[in-house]
Amino acid sequence: MTATGNAAIHYLEQFREQRPELPGREPAWLDGLRREALEHLATAGLPTPRDEAWKYTNVSSIAAQAFTPAAPGAAVPDRALLESLLEPGLGGPRLVFVNGRYLPELSSPPALGGGVRVRPLAAALAEGGESLRPHLAWPPGDGSGFTALNTAFMADGACIELAPGARLEEPLHLVFVGGEDVLASPRNLIIAGAESSATVVEEYVGPEGGRYLTNTHTRISLEEKAQLVHYRLNRESLRAFHMGELRIRQAAGSRFVSTAVALGGLISRTEVRVDFSGEGAETRLNGLYVASGRQHTDHHLHIDHRLPGCTSEQFFKGVLDGAARGVFSGRVVVHPDAQHTDARQSNKSLLLSRNAEMDARPQLEIYADDVKCAHGATVGQLDGDALFYLRARGVGEAEARHLLIHAFVGDVLDRIPLPPLRQALERLLWARLDRREAAGA
Amino acid sequence: MSTANHEIDALIRQKYKHGFVTELESESLPPGLNEDVIRAISAKKGEPEWMLEWRLEAYRHWLEMPEPEWAHVHYPRIDYQDIVYYAAPKSKKDAPKSLEEVDPKLLETYEKLGIPLEERAALAGVAVDAVFDSVSVATTFKDKLGKLGIIFCSFSEAVREHPELVRRYLGSVVPQRDNFFAALNSAVFSDGSFVYVPRGVRCPMELSTYFRINAKSTGQFERTLIVADEGSYVSYLEGCTAPMRDENQLHAAVVELVALDDAEIKYSTVQNWYPGDEEGRGGIYNFVTKRGECRGRGAKISWTQVETGSAITWKYPSCILTGDDSVGEFYSVALTNNRQQADTGTKMVHIGRNTRSTIISKGISAGRGQNAYRGLVKVTKSAEGARNYTQCDSLLMGEKCGAHTFPYIEVKNPTAQVEHEATTSKISEDQLFYCLQRGISTEEAVTMIVNGFCKEVLKELPMEFAVEAQKLLGVSLEGAVG
Repeated sequence: MTATGNAAIHYLEQFREQRPELPGREPAWLDGLRREALEHLATAGLPTPRDEAWKYTNVSSIAAQAFTPAAPGAAVPDRALLESLLEPGLGGPRLVFVNGRYLPELSSPPALGGGVRVRPLAAALAEGGESLRPHLAWPPGDGSGFTALNTAFMADGACIELAPGARLEEPLHLVFVGGEDVLASPRNLIIAGAESSATVVEEYVGPEGGRYLTNTHTRISLEEKAQLVHYRLNRESLRAFHMGELRIRQAAGSRFVSTAVALGGLISRTEVRVDFSGEGAETRLNGLYVASGRQHTDHHLHIDHRLPGCTSEQFFKGVLDGAARGVFSGRVVVHPDAQHTDARQSNKSLLLSRNAEMDARPQLEIYADDVKCAHGATVGQLDGDALFYLRARGVGEAEARHLLIHAFVGDVLDRIPLPPLRQALERLLWARLDRREAAGA
Repeated sequence: MSTANHEIDALIRQKYKHGFVTELESESLPPGLNEDVIRAISAKKGEPEWMLEWRLEAYRHWLEMPEPEWAHVHYPRIDYQDIVYYAAPKSKKDAPKSLEEVDPKLLETYEKLGIPLEERAALAGVAVDAVFDSVSVATTFKDKLGKLGIIFCSFSEAVREHPELVRRYLGSVVPQRDNFFAALNSAVFSDGSFVYVPRGVRCPMELSTYFRINAKSTGQFERTLIVADEGSYVSYLEGCTAPMRDENQLHAAVVELVALDDAEIKYSTVQNWYPGDEEGRGGIYNFVTKRGECRGRGAKISWTQVETGSAITWKYPSCILTGDDSVGEFYSVALTNNRQQADTGTKMVHIGRNTRSTIISKGISAGRGQNAYRGLVKVTKSAEGARNYTQCDSLLMGEKCGAHTFPYIEVKNPTAQVEHEATTSKISEDQLFYCLQRGISTEEAVTMIVNGFCKEVLKELPMEFAVEAQKLLGVSLEGAVG
């Protein structure tokens, strides 16, 4: 039996034990959904590198560890530790989840009213949650073993509903804190009515040295002309595993702008799938990954252009040091009726050390002729000419490298129009990159 | 535009020019594949024991291999027991000693194809080792090449005359169990070409083989092996046409190139096999394994291909850059019209220091054609200072076709510079308008624009091929836009 197959059995047993504790015995449809997901997990197991989508990411080390799905009573890190993890914060409304479950003591949800409704998913399900049913359903198309695992164990997360025309004035900060040896399965829903708008920041943190698995799944549904600015910040412990999935459905004229920054996790993967269900929608996916040591960081993007006149952009950059490995897979599918599609893809990676590795797959699949599609990918080291230029002007080698790396990363940071977040990120990044420079590597 | 549309429709429906069957008696084995068939093929060719063993070994591997399904192509399952694995033209036993002795029917076929063998050979200085079905029937300019020590002969002859060279290099680039179709080829290959260019020799003429599939439901399993010894140079041309058929025909060739220190091999292909009718019936399945290894320091291998034919093309001419400072190049034009499918590209594996590779791929899709570029650029840890530049452009004509790009980039050395660029667009309305306004007809304008789009690749072709290729593109594409 393979590690991934064994893992499936482990989680099936865990499910049998925890089933009574999971929300959704009532309504019965939720229980049915979990069973369906488990069946998938039991037959397919967790993915292996034999699956084309997981060719470069081997999760057997995740599968080999039997994490316990977080139960309601799972240990919570002490208050002081939690507060230190929540630094620096954004100052606005905040929802905190520990081991995937809502922690009201540290949360400050936004005020109700104005058509904005923000609550923990567990609370929403306790109230019946029939209206959420279509948004929780097994994802259309293929889901991986991790999607199934999340569906089986999802218990809580953020449930954000915006009525037509509603505006969430301040950025909403969602923080997910990992524990020790647990599997956390947060499930988030963002349902934005027509012409509504919001900014949501998803942040994942964990205690230093903590070993746990975060398997998170966020569903976003944007109705006509809705606008969502979304940030996803992975600051997991460097020994933790992070599997994240983001699925977005966009109606006509809607706009989704996302920036994913991956700094943490021993093995981390973020999968983003965008499906346009209306014409003239726009999606922009920006990303930055910085990895060192033995970190493995994977971004897997899939955009389906099914209808005419939609625009998509993927802009991902990465810096890899130590024996880190970066993976980027971006696929744009332009279906036969999706004329006037404008799709762009760009992936650039810097390799700073001898043992770093990058695997990139920027892919286009196009079935319509009146489209504009382009992609580019580069992998390399710092530009020798640029270094020479700086050195010739009296800038020291270390300083020159520092400047060039900052400029490389800066392209992504400049796309973050939220000053407190950008500043916090800059501090985090520079601290990390400069530590490396100081070590003289 | 409606008159223009009529003309264009007529052009689109233009029947395959090279579609006809030459009635020649074939000495064939019954359809089917088992160890006895392989023994029979080997015996008919009078092969030594080691060759038979090699074939059988490949066959046993093949039996255990699943047929690959990952390519972006769709076709009904192939019944490997329904294929004739050996067919030889009648004149095999008393093989012609010179052109005059070649079966006139055969020569006539070449005439129809517009390849007057003797004339062309003489005028263009091309030595033609013509493969008609499975056995080489004519070889020219052998003496001239022989004086320089260049060996250019059919594969069967090489097995008999130069067994030490064949044994040394056969399967060293494409091993028997490399992939499903390569294993099949290794088991049943019928014939092909063998070239050896000795140390320091620059081959004075372009070597050329015309492949042609003829006898009904005969799969062609060509095996080509080209070895360029230290400091030598050879340019090899491969061109293909096939008669019109109702049944699908499988073609699973293997081409192996070995370039030693400072040697250079230039391999050019124009592939124009029968693509099937408008509904995609008939047409050749072209499942080919082509790979070259730059085994020596400073070696260079360059692949240039113009792929306009076949119902399905599935090939990835690749370069293994083992030697330091070695160079790999891939220039490709792939065109799919009607229901043609192409999944083609290259692999550049950088192993030696300062190895360089260039990939220029131009895909053109029209009608309901599906065209995919699939390529791998791999930089291993040892490939200090490796450099790759890849450019893949796709041109779409018509709203039912598809153009896909699946590049894989794997980099394990920080000193490597790898760049990939790709664009997809439809044929420019502005450019068309500009031409039309100046009295250039739509089809001429399309040909001009497409030839411009492919220029970077076409200029890599040897002169006589470039002319043929441009004509081919014109014939296959005019009228795809209206």
